[in-house]
Parts: sequence; C-alpha cells; structure tokens
Amino acid sequence: MGRYLLSRAWQSLLTLFAVVVLVFLGIRALPGDPARALAGEDSSPSALKAIRHEYGLDRPLPVQFWKYIEQLLHGNLGVSINTGSSVDSMLATALPVTFELTALAMLIASLIGIGTGVLAAVRRGKPVEWFANGFALIGLSVPHFWLGLLAILYLSVGAGLFPASGFVSIWSSPLDNLHHIILPAVILGTGLSAVLMRQTRSAMVDALSADYVRTAKAKGLPWRTVITRHALRNSLIVVVTVAGLQLGELISGAVVTEQIFSLPGFGKLTIDSVFRRDYPVIQAVVLVTATAYIVINFLVDLLYSVIDPRVRVAGKDS
Amino acid sequence: MTTTTSPPVTDTSHVLEVADLSVSFRTEGGTVSAVDKVDLRLDAGEIVGIVGESGCGKSVMAMALAGLLPASAHVTGSARLDGSELLGAKESTLRRIRGRDIAYIFQEPMTSLNPVLTVGRQIGEVLQAHEQLSRARARTRAIELMNLVGIPSAHERVDTYPHQMSGGLRQRVVIAMAVACGPKVLVADEPTTALDVTVQAGILNVLRDLRNGLGTSILFITHDLGVIADIADRVVVMYAGRVVESAPVQDLFDDPRHRYTAGLLQASPKPDRYAGSDRLQEIPGLVPVLSTHPDACTFADRCANASAQCRTSEPPLVGYAGEPQGDHLAACWHPNISGHEENAEER
Repeated sequence: MGRYLLSRAWQSLLTLFAVVVLVFLGIRALPGDPARALAGEDSSPSALKAIRHEYGLDRPLPVQFWKYIEQLLHGNLGVSINTGSSVDSMLATALPVTFELTALAMLIASLIGIGTGVLAAVRRGKPVEWFANGFALIGLSVPHFWLGLLAILYLSVGAGLFPASGFVSIWSSPLDNLHHIILPAVILGTGLSAVLMRQTRSAMVDALSADYVRTAKAKGLPWRTVITRHALRNSLIVVVTVAGLQLGELISGAVVTEQIFSLPGFGKLTIDSVFRRDYPVIQAVVLVTATAYIVINFLVDLLYSVIDPRVRVAGKDS
Repeated sequence: MTTTTSPPVTDTSHVLEVADLSVSFRTEGGTVSAVDKVDLRLDAGEIVGIVGESGCGKSVMAMALAGLLPASAHVTGSARLDGSELLGAKESTLRRIRGRDIAYIFQEPMTSLNPVLTVGRQIGEVLQAHEQLSRARARTRAIELMNLVGIPSAHERVDTYPHQMSGGLRQRVVIAMAVACGPKVLVADEPTTALDVTVQAGILNVLRDLRNGLGTSILFITHDLGVIADIADRVVVMYAGRVVESAPVQDLFDDPRHRYTAGLLQASPKPDRYAGSDRLQEIPGLVPVLSTHPDACTFADRCANASAQCRTSEPPLVGYAGEPQGDHLAACWHPNISGHEENAEER
C-alpha cells in the first residue's frame, strides 16, 4: 500500500515537472514580445532593453528556466500586467470560490447521480427507471449555461429564491455563502449527476447479476446490505473513475458558470486574464489547472486502493 | 441453535421434503418449463446427490427452494424445511431462513465471493445478520469456522481478500460461510466442478466431515458421477426437468433402471476399459426443451427402447419387480431390470 502510493506520488511529481516545462516553453513560443506588451506599443528601445533586463528576458533560456523554477518554488507566480497586484494574491481570493463551487457541485452530483443510479438499477423496468433515464438524458443534453440562465430568470429574478449574482465569503457568513453558491453548484452539477447516474446504473445492473450478490442473498443478508455493501461497493470502482475524469470537466464548466453567476472565482480570473492578454496570470492559471488535474488523478487512485483491495496488491508487485 | 431432539410431528423425519415442485420461466418465446413435478426428500444427516446434464433443471430446482430465482420464474408445489413451507413464504421469512436454516455453496469460488471485502468479513456477515453478533465476535467466529473447514493459518488469512487465495481455499471460505449458522440443509451446487481433482477430494472430505460432525444434511448437485459415487448416500437422477430415477448410491451404480441412467453410466470412463480399444457410449441426440413433451417420457426421442407408449404417456416414478415400496424408483415404461428385460407388464 505504502509503496503503491509512493510510486503514484513520484509519477505525479514527474508529470507536474513536465507541465511546468511545457508552460514555460509554451508561453515563450507565443507570438509577440512580452517586453513590448509590458512597456506598451510606443516605447523606446532603451526602455524595452531595461524591461528585458529587469525580467531576465535577455538571459539564455536555461537560465530563465532556472529563475522561473526558483520563483515557483518560492511560491512567487509573478505580477499581473493588468492590475499590478501579485498573481499569488489573485489566486488566493479566486481559488477558494471555485473550490467551494466544484466541491459542492461534485457532492450534489454524487448524491443525485449515485442515488438515482442505484434506484434505477434496483427498480429495473419500473417507472423509477424511466424517470431516472429521462432525467439523465435531459441532464446530458441541456447545456448548463442555458440551464443557468433559466435558473436565474425563474428562480432568482422571478421567484426571488436565490440571489442572481455575487458572492459572500464563507468566513463572513456561511449561510449567506451557501445561499449564493447553491444554485450555481446545482446547475454545474446537473451534467455530472447525469453521467454518474448512467454509470452507476449500468455498473449496478452488472453487479446485481454477479455471483457474489447471489451469494450475499443466499446468506440471508438484509436487502439493503446486499445493495450497499455488496453491489454498490463494487460498482463504485467504475463510478469513482468516471467522477475523477469528470472533475476536470467540472473545472471547465466552472469557468462558464462563474461567468453567468458573476462569481469571483478561478474561472472568471481565467477568462479575464485571457481577454486582457495578462501573460503572468494566464501562465499561473494554466499551471494551477494542470496541477489540479494531477492532484485529482492522484486522489482517484488513492480512492481506488481504498475501495478495491486488488489495486493495492497490483502496486506491490510492480 | 438447531437441535435434533424435538420429536417429529409426522411419521417422517425428513429435514427437507419437496413435493410436486415445478418451475417455469416466462420468456419471449413463451413459457419454458425448467423443473417439472419434482419430488425429493432429504433426511437428517443424509447426503443426496442430484445428478444430470447441464440444463436438466437441477440448479434451478435448488435455487427455487430458498426463493433465489429471478422474478421471471414461476414456482409451484411444496418444499418443506423441517415442516415449514418455503415456497410462497414472505421475503422477510425467507431472508431469516437463508443462511441460517438452508445454506448454499455455489460452483465458482472465483466469482461467488465479493472481491472487495475480506473473507473474514464475508463469513462474519452471516453471523451478524442471523445471530446479531458484534463485528469483533463475528470475526473470532470466522476464524473458528475457517479452522473447521481446514484453512491453514486462519487467524492470518481472516483479513485477506479472496483474490489472495487459491480456488480451493476460496471454496473452503464459501463452505465456512455456508455452515456458519449450523444450517439444517446445505445445498452444494457443483462445489467441486471448477477445482482440480486433488483440491476436489479435499473439499469432499470437508463436506463429509461436516455431515459427520454437525449432522448437516447435504443436497449435492453435480454432473460428475465419480463425485456422486464418492460422497452421496442416495442419488436422484434428473433429466429435462424431471426426476427419472432415485436410488441408494450403490444400487444405482450396480443396477441402473432408467435407460437414461444406464446411458450416463455407459458414457463415464471406467478403469477396466482400455483406452482407445473400447469407446465410451454416447447418448444420441440432445436434451429436449421440456415444454415440447408434456405427456410423454422426455427421454423417448433418445432412447433405443422407446415404444409408442413412451411417446404418449408420462411414466410414473415407481419401484419395480416385487419391491414397489422400496427406495429404488425409476420413471420408465421399459426399465432395465437385471435378469428380466422389458417387463413393464409385470408392474
């Protein structure tokens, strides 16, 4: 188990390093001169030279890379060209919002998706299954930005149940915070809950016809135990994989959702920085996104080994 | 706990008494009958072998006893376990009976254990469900049970997962699980088929020991006549959903009366026949779908001795030749009786 995690952690670190290299090279491969972008269109050659020197752009690439790594390790992601404030502090305010949004969306999607998936599998061929399938089809096919607009129109503006936009920090008022973020989280989670429902349903249908479920029934276990401990636990192996992969989708979904609900999160930061050609911020945003993916994958693997004991042994052998 | 001291209410001491059990399945092509009017009894401490080809309904019959068939199955007849009716019983009643009074061992030890739970947990579950043991107590009992079925270093293996065990050990785990609550009846559905011959012998010994030690009655389902000869006290031969012959094991092998039983024995290799020079006799034709032969001997189409009578009326399961009350029964119009062939008229 320990060795398995260690090898996975090492793989994750390598991937992370590759990402850093790619981001570094990618940003330098972009057309245009960052010094000119910083100094403005009509700057004198001497001003450009000064800026190049200040940012180390006149040094050889390996030296620049070394500097970049050094800054990264110090947690220094640079300064926004647009606002002049440090990228670190911008991330520090934006990331918690997105984290809360995606975590909540994930939670809601898991509850709804896995719950209805199990119901649909257990009540196969009954109205419950048709209802669940219909829900999944809608959840998958309706784009959530449109769903978000509908929700704002009817639930926020129309019925006045939720605020249409804005955000309150969880630290200043947890209830108000929830009130602001619950609607975006539900909207963001619909697509995922539909995906999870379908995966859970098919995995559960397989599991329910498996021999070990027959054994569990023959043992005289309560039906609920047969479903949860035997069928669902095995089905979750598949569901967790899909959920992990979909978490990436959730991050890109958050970009759109935050825009619609004007949440000051990571997605909004991304869009703003792209529109304003704010290279240091873009660089940081790409790096953070990639890191998030890697961390999520690592966590999914970790979860695997919790759910499926066979994974632990496989890690021991390799 | 189960005791055998309670006086029998009826004149029979049968632990399990199956009468007129029929199972049919609704399919797209209409109703298909899988088990047809099966009568069966199992005495305390007895091992009854049920033998027949794949698809003859032996597993379906066994699964029907504890209500383990899918909803598409239509079950009629009677199955009494210690006097109480199982068929048509409420699901909650059946749940309490399953695993406690009637327990199952299935064919595939590779797939019949849950891959994500430790074997100790899976054995303990039965005890937690039926005897309300705490998880810790159940684990201790699981170790005892694993010792009972001959799993070496049980106290270490109790926390391992099924994939870390060999097929033989897994099947022992399945047996430990099945006997955890001391069931009256153990239904072993092809428990050794998926195993190597040496491992198979070990499993048979475990089952025999359980019968001798705990007095468990065992319904042993197999298509392997060698295994039957080894373990069963009595044999029931099934063909196309019906019981065609029922006899004490020695009688059946010495004196098979139904033409199908005789054919089965002919098709089994024996050491006194030379390989290559003496071919095994195969039974021509295929097992029929039962729904096509409601009023005939189901074996008639494949039987060399079939007459017009065989094709128009179903033979009853009876004793023969001066022993109508005996325990060697066959359902054949032209039974194979040593000494005097084809004397159906004598009956």
